[in-house]
Amino acid sequence: MLEVQNLTVSVEGKRILENVSLSIDKGETYMLFGENGSGKTSLIMSIMGIGNYQVESGKIIYKGEDITEWPSYERAKHGIGIMFQRPPTIRGLKLKQMLEMVKRDGKDPLELAEELNFTDFLDRDINLGFSGGEIKRAEILQLMTQDPDLVLLDEPESGVDIVNMGLIGNSIRELLQKDLHRKREKSGLIITHSGYILDYVEADKGCVLVNNTIWCTGNPHEIMDGIRSHGYEECLTCQR
Amino acid sequence: MSEIKEKALKAQNKKAEYGSDINIDEYSSNAPQYPAQDLENIDIVDKERLLNAGVDITGNERSGSFIQVDSSVLHASPRQDGIEIMSMVDALEKYSWLEEYVWNVVPVETDKYTAHAELNFQGGYFVRSMPGARTVFPVQACLYLKSEDVSQNVHNVIIAEEGSELHIITGCATDSPENRGLHVGVSEFYVKKNAKITFSMIHNWSRRVAVRPRSATRVEEGGVFINNYISMHQVESMQLYPSVYLVGKGATARLSSVLYAPPGTDMDVGARAVLSAPDTRCEIISRALSTGGRIVARGMLVGEVEGIKAHLECQGMILKGDGEIKAIPELDGKVAGVDMSHEAAVGKIARDEVEYLMARGLSENEAISAIVRGFMNVDIEGLPPVLKEQVDKAMDISDKSLF
Repeated sequence: MLEVQNLTVSVEGKRILENVSLSIDKGETYMLFGENGSGKTSLIMSIMGIGNYQVESGKIIYKGEDITEWPSYERAKHGIGIMFQRPPTIRGLKLKQMLEMVKRDGKDPLELAEELNFTDFLDRDINLGFSGGEIKRAEILQLMTQDPDLVLLDEPESGVDIVNMGLIGNSIRELLQKDLHRKREKSGLIITHSGYILDYVEADKGCVLVNNTIWCTGNPHEIMDGIRSHGYEECLTCQR
Repeated sequence: MSEIKEKALKAQNKKAEYGSDINIDEYSSNAPQYPAQDLENIDIVDKERLLNAGVDITGNERSGSFIQVDSSVLHASPRQDGIEIMSMVDALEKYSWLEEYVWNVVPVETDKYTAHAELNFQGGYFVRSMPGARTVFPVQACLYLKSEDVSQNVHNVIIAEEGSELHIITGCATDSPENRGLHVGVSEFYVKKNAKITFSMIHNWSRRVAVRPRSATRVEEGGVFINNYISMHQVESMQLYPSVYLVGKGATARLSSVLYAPPGTDMDVGARAVLSAPDTRCEIISRALSTGGRIVARGMLVGEVEGIKAHLECQGMILKGDGEIKAIPELDGKVAGVDMSHEAAVGKIARDEVEYLMARGLSENEAISAIVRGFMNVDIEGLPPVLKEQVDKAMDISDKSLF
């Protein structure tokens, strides 16, 4: 599904990713751990193709195609979807209008909104006055309407209370077809700082980003346990 | 000579406080005359241009219609009991008391344009809802400029009698986008006790028209005045600064303006409210978008008694090159215990919003267009679907000039 090869990226001349490689197969979920500022968000933004993230070297291969030079909207149209951690507010643009613009064939935004218990927000300006949990639900609803094949999630648990966490966790499970076993086709790359999302979403692989590069790769639960016991500082002394 | 005439004569050369100075002598007040016509048979106007200004020539779903071309009233008739629509000439003949409502909230000596409207009076509309009456559909009024280099000078009086509700759509248009002309429109609104007027005006002028509306509203106890002003096309020079006087306890006003200035447009548009009775409320909102034209967006709130509450919001966005938007909000609190606020911003399109929409699959142009539409989408109360469609349509046209 996705292969990132030796990716080096800069923003406004400052290098923010250094020689990063990872691969995610169809149906696989990949967890990205790391301290604040380690480059997690930059990696996801680069995979999405957000404007000011300049690829200096390396490649992004998606479904067998080199998409490194593609604009973000082409990537989205080909099935990559992103949940922003802090999406902007767009005044006057109603959530309902947004869903109509991004929906994939066969998806009914209203039904999905009901499923997420979010119909009251359809006529509201996108993200205007939304709480942390509401922002996440709005993002999830947009993603479910887009129905992407590769889902990029930037800290889905941040700012979410315990009640909403269950709802969001289950929606992510649905996005990633976690209840399907053999025919699972959706892949995910999830940034987590706290690891709480692992309580809801099973992951196949994980890695730790340290100082803008991938430090170690392995079983996500083991990585999380290590971080919980020793902290990210320990990663720096790890011999990999 | 009447006192009013005398005042008008004295103000003939008085420049307006705002906006560029127009040489009225360049325009003739003697336009060709046209006979009255049935609404469905009107054939001397471009119906498409009317429709763009929100006027439905079939008159369906309207509680009445008024159409004036240059200085001729083509059509004036109500379609609902309890609603009166006639030309001001006829109304002044019919009702002697009407004189008290003329030059009452708009002083004739305001400037040379009000003086010109008095000295070269050509009619205009009189619309009145009788006590307790409510318009089922909006009343439509259209002021249309057909002849070249003509000055259209109208004086309108709109009265909602006690406990009534009156909804009016006014569309202004020219016969072609190349017409040159001057429109001077005086409008005086009277909202009586517990009455409501919703007035939506859409301007569809041309690039060679100068526009100088002069209007004011008096709202009595428990009355509500909703004013929506929309100008989405190029206009050479437009200046208006209507006033609302909230004189009765609990009177309320909401004034919204949506302004679009492509290159070659000069607009100076504002709204002013004077809150002089207890518990009065007012909200003034404007959205200004420039792709090269100039907009001055004014707003003024005057709080004269304790316990009033009012808010003013001017938001501007400059999309291209040498556009200019000047937001001038003013608050004038005259006693302790007033609650007035304002919010003004002039900016550009936010890059993170564009990136956000692009990451959802919209091209850059689609994203910009969606953001601009959102920006211009003030939740306008009482804007009929047909006018909403016209705004959307105008945005479709202006989309091309956004990039």
